[in-house]
Amino acid sequence: MCGIVGLFIKDISLQPKLGSLLAGMLAVMSDRGPDSAGFAVYGAGDADRVKLTVRGGSLTGIAEALGKDVTCAIHDNHLILSLPKDRETAVRRWLAAERPDVKIIGSGQRIELYKEVGLPAAVAERFNLETMAGTHAIGHTRMATESAVTTAGAHPFSTGADQCLVHNGSLSNHHSLRRMLEPKGISFETDNDSEVAAGYLSWKLREGATLEQALESSLVDLDGFFTFVVGTENGFAVVRDPISCKPAVMAETDRYVAFGTEYRALVGLPGIEKARVFEPEPARVYAWEHN
Amino acid sequence: MQVVDLAKTSKRDLNSRLHALVPNTNETHWRIENPNGQHSLVVGVDAPVTIEIVGHAGYYCAGMTKQATILIEGNVGVGVAENMMSGKVHVKGDASQAAGATANGGLLIIDGDASARCGISMKGIDIVVKGSIGPMSAFMAQSGTLVVLGDAGDALGDSIYEAKLFVRGSVKSLGTDCVEKILRDEHKIELRRLLDSAGVDKAVKVEDFKRYGSARKLYNFHVDNASVY
Repeated sequence: MCGIVGLFIKDISLQPKLGSLLAGMLAVMSDRGPDSAGFAVYGAGDADRVKLTVRGGSLTGIAEALGKDVTCAIHDNHLILSLPKDRETAVRRWLAAERPDVKIIGSGQRIELYKEVGLPAAVAERFNLETMAGTHAIGHTRMATESAVTTAGAHPFSTGADQCLVHNGSLSNHHSLRRMLEPKGISFETDNDSEVAAGYLSWKLREGATLEQALESSLVDLDGFFTFVVGTENGFAVVRDPISCKPAVMAETDRYVAFGTEYRALVGLPGIEKARVFEPEPARVYAWEHN
Repeated sequence: MQVVDLAKTSKRDLNSRLHALVPNTNETHWRIENPNGQHSLVVGVDAPVTIEIVGHAGYYCAGMTKQATILIEGNVGVGVAENMMSGKVHVKGDASQAAGATANGGLLIIDGDASARCGISMKGIDIVVKGSIGPMSAFMAQSGTLVVLGDAGDALGDSIYEAKLFVRGSVKSLGTDCVEKILRDEHKIELRRLLDSAGVDKAVKVEDFKRYGSARKLYNFHVDNASVY
């Protein structure tokens, strides 16, 4: 089953409430995915710095070891490192060598990514989603079908800078896609089918496709059921498989664009009574971006 | 009028009260507030009452109803009026997938659009959609009538039996065994009757619709296919 929520803020005055609105949406989608939850928040960022989201293992001592120009913020068992862009390769190398027990699950100028097993409301609370601000965010509540219920198997999946993907559905050709992508340098952390979809899009983007083109080609190359919501530094995009196997509903007002697997997830948003509520058509890419 | 606020009353309580209605009930007019997209609202009603839902409803709204008139002042989720037996369901907004699925009778009116699989396996219901319908609508439709003032998506009427389909706009593609048929006078009369009962403007001309139905080629095994086995 699974539930997806997404919120793209148009009215700047709503940005400080991004996290609290998303937390409400995520909690409602517990019925569709009580196994685990995760979310990506696009908050403040600096053009010459990069943020790494690190989880797993022991997080103590990492910031100290990396030196003064690296700042760190601990959110429960996740660590957000902010470092000068030119140090990213060195920091990644150091983490791989010295702290092989931790994983980098997201990186980019603005993305922060959190995921954990447990009920969505508890996961949101644990990371203080309520207090997070930003321009847009996407979240996922998981009912596992294709792989195990683990933190690593929770969505969103990020396979490129400031990119992330959440998926409702299941893919049937993810093994062959994985075999096609791995020799091209796209690496995967899990056995999860949705991570392969994220990797597929990262590959397409790397080859020069726009997000819209990448999603359009996914309609040809991916076999299975899917509703995807994809986050990028500037916005988010939505696509559903050609037979619209998985539900989706969207709402748009002057202040925001919201996505929910069910309308119930959108009920708590301000001004929802007057929003334009519509169902995205199958096999059509919808995208919203900040200029 | 009976007013039920779903912010205070549970959906189960509401549905139980509606199931308890007797045929000659005096509680003939209901207004349901704050539906907030909840699923399975006003399901299985079997009494000649009018129920207004003020706002958006979730999945399976007004399913399995008999006799009742149900008005939804908003959008509905998957499977509105599924397996309806008689009466009327009127959606003022859009409907999600599988509107009127497997329904045996009654009239379903959708003022906005209906998405994929509208009228799937319909068994006698009349459906009037004032907007457009999504792909795979009227899949395996058995009987009844589907009228669409807008356009239809891919694979309309795939594997259709004897339902009648009338579409005013474009049809993206027809499904297997669904073909365009001649719009004869008896069809025009039937179409006018349905448009009138759905409150469609008289300016909408029946001549602008095209009729689609079954080519009846899937009814029997075709010997040319024997080599497949």
